[in-house]
Amino acid sequence: MSKGSHRFALVATALVVLVVALALACLLFGSVDIDARSIFGILTGHDSDNEAWNIIVLRSRLPMIVTAMLAGAALSVSGLLLQTTFNNPLAGPSILGVSTGAGLGVAIVMLAMGGTIGGVFGETLGSYMATLLGALVGAGVVLVILISFASIVKSSTMLLIIGILVSYLASSVISLLNSVASEEGVHSYVAWGFGNFSGVSLEQLPVFSAILVLALVASMLMIKPLNALLLGTRYAQNLGVNTHRTRNVLLLITGVLTAVVTAFCGPIGFVGLVVPHIARLALNTSEHGRLLPVTMLAGAAVALLCALLSVTSRHGIIPINAITPIIGVPIILYIIINRRRINYFN
Amino acid sequence: MAILETHNLAVGFGQGSKRTVLLQGLNLRLEQGRMVALLGRNGAGKSTMLKALTCDTMPIKGSVVIDGKPSTAINKRDLSRLVALVATERIMGGAFTIRELVALGRQPHTGFLGRLSRHDNEIVDACLEAVGITHKAEQHVANLSDGERQKAMVAKALAQETPIIVLDEPTAFLDVASRIETMKLLHKLAREQHKAVLLSSHDISQSLLLADELWVITSDREVITGSTEQVVMSGAMDKVFSDTAIMFNGSLCDYEAQLPSSVAVKVKCDDPVLERCMVNALLRNGVAVDDDSDKAIEIKAVDNIVLPSGDVLSSVSEAAQRLATIN
Repeated sequence: MSKGSHRFALVATALVVLVVALALACLLFGSVDIDARSIFGILTGHDSDNEAWNIIVLRSRLPMIVTAMLAGAALSVSGLLLQTTFNNPLAGPSILGVSTGAGLGVAIVMLAMGGTIGGVFGETLGSYMATLLGALVGAGVVLVILISFASIVKSSTMLLIIGILVSYLASSVISLLNSVASEEGVHSYVAWGFGNFSGVSLEQLPVFSAILVLALVASMLMIKPLNALLLGTRYAQNLGVNTHRTRNVLLLITGVLTAVVTAFCGPIGFVGLVVPHIARLALNTSEHGRLLPVTMLAGAAVALLCALLSVTSRHGIIPINAITPIIGVPIILYIIINRRRINYFN
Repeated sequence: MAILETHNLAVGFGQGSKRTVLLQGLNLRLEQGRMVALLGRNGAGKSTMLKALTCDTMPIKGSVVIDGKPSTAINKRDLSRLVALVATERIMGGAFTIRELVALGRQPHTGFLGRLSRHDNEIVDACLEAVGITHKAEQHVANLSDGERQKAMVAKALAQETPIIVLDEPTAFLDVASRIETMKLLHKLAREQHKAVLLSSHDISQSLLLADELWVITSDREVITGSTEQVVMSGAMDKVFSDTAIMFNGSLCDYEAQLPSSVAVKVKCDDPVLERCMVNALLRNGVAVDDDSDKAIEIKAVDNIVLPSGDVLSSVSEAAQRLATIN
């Protein structure tokens, strides 16, 4: 076994243990104290006498854990794909405006529905699908804008700035929409914007999970061209990669991952940008065969940690987007300061 | 049979009314087992021509025929098994090990997921060995010198197992030792592995030593081809730069500056190295060297210069001053 695969096995195992531990912690801890024995009883089919506990464990904590794991993995993979596609280690779904684009789509759909739907998702399947579609279209539009600018602007820093500008523009449109929306609509939109892994109900969970798992599996099938793309478009083409088609497929996967998470959980920042770096630093490689699974696991772990922190406060639920920068910013600063010593920048 | 041919090929850039044709009427032949150096000044169209030959761009006119098939009829995957590229672009592969980087060269031969078979791994080993970088196989690309990086990219190209290897300025940014080593390596690959090696270069002296053939782009956008000795003797090298202040010196196998001079002398010296050094010193002090001159100076050592008058001077600058006054 080579040094690289040894390290991969070590990192992956450690992350699996961490994810399981964090998931257990999310089950055990929350705003309501429930003893561990009751929780495992409820999970194994022995309902507690306390009906509220049954509901909390099965309809709140369990879906939140699954949502956080999948959303974390999805955003992180989305960030990794964007970083490789745009040849830019500081790319990510939130910084490039993909999340905001999805958010704009959601806002438009919410307004079109009169801004009166309860929470982000209405009770009906129709409004639920419409919101999802709005997020997909919004993310798609931003990705198309990014692709067209990427062919004009060669500098990756400039592309980041364009992403930030697009994001501002989408935010301003969202604000304009909110100014004409009903108070209730604005309130639910603002609440959604805080980021929240508890927004997916047990009934919605299968659709949410199925789409994300499919897109994550699709990303695993792109490992070979992703590695070739690290050498740049010209080398990738010379290795037989249809770079045009590959980029479109990668951006489609990115769009789906980001849009679905954004529609259900709100525009969550930093996870997509930071987690691929955590994975690269842990593995000391850019090879996607190892990077992609570790990015998924690390993404799940980071999101579970955020979820845990958000629910264990004695003063109510802390928004996810208040936690992600606290984890993300120091890591990004560390990377920027040390980039000359980090292999994948050189 | 040539592995790559062009028929009346025109290359350039841009589209429609903004299209610029750089070179046209190209009928080139690239053969296996030979190394060809493409020479020309900056902006002459070397990279543009290589892009057309590697099918990165479509020909403006004419055709490129690779292994008997017109390039337009070859799909990307087949092409990746015919032509391997070493480009000038910096890669984002710093966190790949050398072995992983070279293994990427197997992509045209591996399946959908890119898994390496035992056969693939053996080829990667052989390619690492061929460029002499086996001892660094597990190191990261980021930790390599520029010369080693270039060797790794050549090994990647070898791993593609193509009959043709095209390299865009493989020795740019390299110091002279790495330049010579890289060129020797490429020459060896042409000979021993029967590759058709085509490289663009500004390294005239190494190209003239190691290339079997030259393709020279002149300043009036003509491409002169032939064996290295034919092309040099044809005087094509004088046509590369339109500037008359730069002339090709056949005996040096390199270009040299034409410096302004006020006087010309004939130089007598027994030691060729000493003679060359002193001729250079005279030139930069404004004294031209002309074997037909009636003024002869004799050089016995760096600090022993005998003027036509019989005076012995100890430095070239002094000698140059005296020669200027004689005139």
